[in-house]
Amino acid sequence: MSKNVLIYKSFERFWHWMQALLIFFLAATGFEIHGTYTFFGFENAVTYHNIAAYGFMILIVFAVFWHFTTGEWRQYIPTLEHIRAQLNYYLFGIFKNAHHPTKKTVLSKLNPLQKLTYFGLKMLVIPIMVISGLLYMFYRYPQNQGVESINIDSLEIVGVLHTAGAIMLVAFLITHLYLITTGETPTSNLKAMLTGYEELEGEEETAVENSETLNSKI
Amino acid sequence: MKKVFIAITLFVLAVTAAAIFLMPNQQDQNKVDKLREKYSTKTKSSVDHSKFETLKKDFNTPQEVTAACNTCHTDRHTEVMNSSHWNWERQEYVKGRGIISIGKKNAINNFCIGVEGNEQSCAKCHIGFGMTDKTFTFTDQNNVDCLVCHDNTETYAKGNEMSGYPDPKLHLSNIAQHVGKPKRTNCGVCHFFGGGGNNVKHGDLEKSMFEPKKIVDVHMGTDGKNLQCVDCHTAEKHNILGKVYSLSSMNRDRSTCEQCHTESPHKSSVLNEHNVKVACQTCHIPVYAKVNSTKMEWDWSTAGKLKDGKPYEEDDADGNHTYLSIKGSFKWGKNLKPEYVWFNGNAQHYLLGDTISDTTKPLVLNKLLGSYNDRDSKIIPVKIHRAKQPYDPVNKMLIQPKLFASKTGEGALWKDFDWQRASEVGMKDVDLPFSGQIAFIRTEMYWPINHMVSQKDSTLKCIDCHTRTDSRIANLKDFYMPGRDYNKIVDYTGTGIILVTFLGIAIHGTLRFRSSKKRNIKK
Repeated sequence: MSKNVLIYKSFERFWHWMQALLIFFLAATGFEIHGTYTFFGFENAVTYHNIAAYGFMILIVFAVFWHFTTGEWRQYIPTLEHIRAQLNYYLFGIFKNAHHPTKKTVLSKLNPLQKLTYFGLKMLVIPIMVISGLLYMFYRYPQNQGVESINIDSLEIVGVLHTAGAIMLVAFLITHLYLITTGETPTSNLKAMLTGYEELEGEEETAVENSETLNSKI
Repeated sequence: MKKVFIAITLFVLAVTAAAIFLMPNQQDQNKVDKLREKYSTKTKSSVDHSKFETLKKDFNTPQEVTAACNTCHTDRHTEVMNSSHWNWERQEYVKGRGIISIGKKNAINNFCIGVEGNEQSCAKCHIGFGMTDKTFTFTDQNNVDCLVCHDNTETYAKGNEMSGYPDPKLHLSNIAQHVGKPKRTNCGVCHFFGGGGNNVKHGDLEKSMFEPKKIVDVHMGTDGKNLQCVDCHTAEKHNILGKVYSLSSMNRDRSTCEQCHTESPHKSSVLNEHNVKVACQTCHIPVYAKVNSTKMEWDWSTAGKLKDGKPYEEDDADGNHTYLSIKGSFKWGKNLKPEYVWFNGNAQHYLLGDTISDTTKPLVLNKLLGSYNDRDSKIIPVKIHRAKQPYDPVNKMLIQPKLFASKTGEGALWKDFDWQRASEVGMKDVDLPFSGQIAFIRTEMYWPINHMVSQKDSTLKCIDCHTRTDSRIANLKDFYMPGRDYNKIVDYTGTGIILVTFLGIAIHGTLRFRSSKKRNIKK
């Protein structure tokens, strides 16, 4: 009883891959600016990083708009329900070929651990990166005429926060890449994010029902 | 698909808009072009001095020339007599001291130490005649030396050890008929040779600057705009802009890059923002002493050694003195990277008679003030001249020795080679106590580097400072700089987290792979 369902809509996929690309590029240029290695050259790295940062912020604006107009933001409301079961699955069940403890549906396509992680990213890490990044770009030393309220005397707090956030994002990216392979089959998650469609169990009726509920909620 | 196209189009549009917004402003390039244009046309004198009858006579003394100048340029001498070039001192407010008079008369350096008692020789670079000793009166207008600055024949020269009088063989009448705006040669004869030889003091001002190539100095390059000193060091009533911080204390009357180039000369706003904390010179003068060596170390304690009862000298391969019996041992340097300090335009000096509070550390004779948190400070390049020079360990005072005399027996070190006597006579000359004991203390002098500006393509690159290894400003630790600094806790913990992540994935992945294999076998 499974059916190929559109689980990731076109904008969602565009946003996801664009974000993936930008985060990867921002990390690559950012850690060069941090002094971790040399690749593009410091000056280029700064230029590219700034351009990519503008791209990322524009993307965020579009994504926020999309999430609120479609009501998809509800997917990310964290819940403690089944979180233990989900943890147990990744720590033990997965080795015994157990089933995923939570059912993936169009209305609830994220498992409880995903909800929590993505919520943390969207509400904490990304805002920290954007705010500290904007301060990096627009801070003015007090003696230079500019926007008085963003005068800062030291870059240290800004710099350290921006680095800490970047490290969290890199750690997330690595884990995320690995967890792609933990779908129904090793490639089913990747395929879903590329095509938008995934074979979901008993989805036929609920899919229609859910989209109706969603629409009525808006 | 339509939606995707709309989304992509909007995104691309937005990024393009941002890129255009951030693009360099083409107007900025015009700033330099306008300057180039301005300095391409050389001004011509509006009068021909060789036509004036007053200048055609035979001058018996240089004072007569000055008097002749004054017949037309009435009162100009009073302007000169108000300037530091004449007075060798200026009134300045120094924190902790109040308003004081500071200058060659009371400041001590770590080259030839001080003027007091040695005027007859030092006055070769005084714009006056007859400064034989400290009794020289600064009120006789005819003693103002107009020609040393305004001679355009490049023949005027002051005699050695003649208290500022010109070489008697000079054809003063011819020189007086060919005067004009000062050229590099006029300024250079003194400012390139301070400290008793070429490039001894500054490091960025030396004889190659008489006719430099652009590669040495982009402004004065004869193959470029060929600027003269006074194009930047402009003067109002003979009060010339520009400070030498071996003697000056206050942040005023400075000649700056910004006076022509403005505070935002770059296309890139990131670079312009640097100007708040970084002086132009820091990036644009990556090396100094590009042509000839400059003196970096001077050890007075070895002075006085004689061979067969006679003073001698030793030179290095480039012809620089490495030892002189009269002065001690030296170290020289060429093509040097400057050192970097914070500077807000104010300095504090060791003045004659000051007590040295800590004799174990190098004594800084002209401390340049500033720090990251000081809003007026910028990072500037400096040459630091390090020396060992005599001091009185009992009174804890630097010693002003008597160095120069025209003959032996007057106590001058350079004639009698007797430190004891030279110190006694020297300190008596300046009315300071001397215990009779002499020791040597390490001292430092800071010389801001402002000349030998390099061409655009050889300026410092970001990475010269923004790097963890060998940052040019590795010594300036009072602020956080991206690329150089990082928080150890964050970086080490972060590396740990990422390693643990990889390790976890490796273990998890291996276990999954094994268990799936087992299941396949079972099947």
